[in-house]
Amino acid sequence: MNPFDEIAVEEAVRMKEKKLATEIVAISCGPQQCQETLRTALAMGVDRAIHVLVDPKDYEGLQPIHVSKIIANAAKEEKADIVLLGKQAIDDDCNQTGQMTAALLDWPQATFASKVEKTNGDLQVIREIDGGLETIKVKVPAVLTADLRLNEPRYATLPNIMKAKKKPLASKKPSDYGVDMTPRQEIVSVEDPPVRQAGQKVENVDDLVGKLKDAGLV
Amino acid sequence: MLRVPLLLRNTASVRAVSPFLSQHRYATAEAQAQEPGQDVKASKAKSQPEPVKESVSFAKNLFRGTIKADQVFPFPEVLDDEQTEMLQMLVDPCAKFFEEQNDALKNDSLEKVEDHVMEGLKEMGAFGLQVPQEHGGLGLNNTQYARLVEIVGSHDLGVGITLGAHQSIGFKGILLSGNPEQKAKYLPDLASGKKMAAFCLTEPASGSDASSIKTRAVPSADGKHYTLNGSKIWISNGGLAEVFTVFAKTPVKNETTGETKDKITAFIVERSFGGVSNGPPEKKMGIKASNTAEVYFEDCKVPAENVLGGIGNGFKVAMHILNNGRFGMAAALSGTMSYCIRKAVDHASERNQFGDKIANYGAIQEKIARMVIAQYVTESMAYMVSANMDQGSPEFEIEAAISKIYASEAAWFCADEAIQVTGGMGYMRDCGLERVMRDLRIFRIFEGTNDILRIFIALTGIQYAGKYLQEVQKAMKNPVGNMSVLMDMTSKRAKRALGASLGQSLTKDVHKDLHTSADQTVKAIENFGGTIEDLLIKHKKNIQHEQFILKRLADSAIDIFGMVSVLSRASRTLNQGQPTAEHETNICQVFCDEASERIAANLKATKSSDSTKIFKQLSGISKDVVTNGGSLQRHPLGF
Repeated sequence: MNPFDEIAVEEAVRMKEKKLATEIVAISCGPQQCQETLRTALAMGVDRAIHVLVDPKDYEGLQPIHVSKIIANAAKEEKADIVLLGKQAIDDDCNQTGQMTAALLDWPQATFASKVEKTNGDLQVIREIDGGLETIKVKVPAVLTADLRLNEPRYATLPNIMKAKKKPLASKKPSDYGVDMTPRQEIVSVEDPPVRQAGQKVENVDDLVGKLKDAGLV
Repeated sequence: MLRVPLLLRNTASVRAVSPFLSQHRYATAEAQAQEPGQDVKASKAKSQPEPVKESVSFAKNLFRGTIKADQVFPFPEVLDDEQTEMLQMLVDPCAKFFEEQNDALKNDSLEKVEDHVMEGLKEMGAFGLQVPQEHGGLGLNNTQYARLVEIVGSHDLGVGITLGAHQSIGFKGILLSGNPEQKAKYLPDLASGKKMAAFCLTEPASGSDASSIKTRAVPSADGKHYTLNGSKIWISNGGLAEVFTVFAKTPVKNETTGETKDKITAFIVERSFGGVSNGPPEKKMGIKASNTAEVYFEDCKVPAENVLGGIGNGFKVAMHILNNGRFGMAAALSGTMSYCIRKAVDHASERNQFGDKIANYGAIQEKIARMVIAQYVTESMAYMVSANMDQGSPEFEIEAAISKIYASEAAWFCADEAIQVTGGMGYMRDCGLERVMRDLRIFRIFEGTNDILRIFIALTGIQYAGKYLQEVQKAMKNPVGNMSVLMDMTSKRAKRALGASLGQSLTKDVHKDLHTSADQTVKAIENFGGTIEDLLIKHKKNIQHEQFILKRLADSAIDIFGMVSVLSRASRTLNQGQPTAEHETNICQVFCDEASERIAANLKATKSSDSTKIFKQLSGISKDVVTNGGSLQRHPLGF
């Protein structure tokens, strides 16, 4: 599991333990292996899981916009109050899914959360921003993304891993959420960085000055 | 028919070969059924021994020179898809826990498992791996358990002993021999790690000879409780445990003779019963993270319902526990060996000397290859035995003992060679190998020393083979009616005398690329069986005292079981067309080539007059020095 997602799962489980949440549903979009990740989430304390199976061809062109649409529609279908995600993936580092999901749902967003508390029906979220911490309040329903220091995720214990096997895991397709998987971005070209010219060794300072003069640099 | 008179003479002289071994006190299969010395009368009383029940154990039948391959070919696979999937889910989190949370060197220097690790292990469920789920455990079978302790063994043997002393022996008796009430009462708290368990057998004057314990439990007049007195030493978890499996002598009245005799009984003892105390943690060479202490019982009142496995059955209970726990050591140590190999390989592939990576020099290559072979054999044995146990085999005690001996010696070899490959670096504490070496040393000593287990293997096997010989001896009394038994024997001996094969084969079980190794194995087995027969005829019941010979027989049995284990496993890899097939073929062939030579030499040494002379001399040298209280020879300088 992506470490930021793991932190998001931990936060959700803690919310349930504090009786702030009644049910946690984990959702993952991708190939068959996603089910193992979802089982880990179930072992950590998630109640049930949805695997949105993306076929290998579509998976290559899977972009944050697709995932956001799936999650947004799933959130509506599940009548979720909070969508909690990791702040970014650790492969393409897009850092877009949370923000896009909030926009699609037209919900407030609290990204890069390092502390989440409930205050009078709202959520008070401390965000890590350049130069310090920002404290904001958001009304639920809301979209939150987890930063590194939000919590330290627990280890899935062996008995819970075994219990997780019995928890429900639904398998869905992107089309179940009405999402068209056609890529919206096109990769125009990919270039290697230019090869750096080899350097030269000089015997002494005079040599160096001479060569710099020859090159017209001094 | 020329050979029949010879046969008659020989078999006549094996009279009474069989019953003798029941008296030996090395905890054999027979001893499981009856305490040493108890069954002599019973066997003698039987004038007409019943036909021998053929054992399913490969290792036992080895002693008759018979190949009983059901348990070993094809390589046993016991996990169904669901069990496999579940195990796969458990492996990574377990490994991750050890990688991220446990610091073996720190545990070693603190001489305890760090508190947060201990708590983490409890939460993780590591204290009740094999406890049924209805009692709060994970309900793993032996194969699944083996896979997880392999992970523990590759990280920290000190933690491994803490966990093993708890569940592999500490409360194993409750799992194996406990009644439903005992299980319901004790298992939940033990599985969660809320309470820890310890196994209390060894005493100051009673080590390998377990039947000589002095701890006594005397029943009260009303029969409601026992008063326990005695002391136990070197008890793993002795200072931490709340629940003890304790072995003590109790007076048992024989209903028929009216005679009262002391017999061993097992008890479940809680620290809270009162009168239970322990000494300070012992200072040890290795496995320092595990707690080892003396445990004292002083007028400790144990309720009668805490008798485990029935009054007078304690010896059987103890051996049952130990036999069932040994496979775990082979699994754990195969993990330790993998760790050593990784360390050696990391270093050898990085270290440059004389202008090349040291991994490119033959001197290092041989070391790495031999470590790999030793690990492969150990791993194959461990999972062979665990699978046999999971298949419900009633007899695996020889195999389990073999795996314990081989694993503990192979692991020692691996750690030693890993340190040699890493050189000065390996000698330094921070490298992590010197701790492993210290931790490993105990494995050749505890849970039955390798020396005693060798005798156990040899005598258990010989006893079984002896029963078959006795059947022949019986048949002799009525040669006409039992002609088929005699003819069979005659032709076997005749063929062997001519150096011909007995017609056994493993070619249908073994992949064709390994047929040479398979033939070597068959030859070794037939030679082994024949040697046992010759030795029984020659030494009769005195074979039990010929420890020089017994050791060599056990070494041969270990090698043969190793050959069969790797043949079976490598055949499976070849049949499945796995990418590692060629690598495993090489491992298998090298091991079988070398093992067959060792076996031939060992078996020859049991019979040759040269060896007899050497054994006498060795015995003499030892006697001289023991009499002198130390070295006897004249110093080269004369003073």
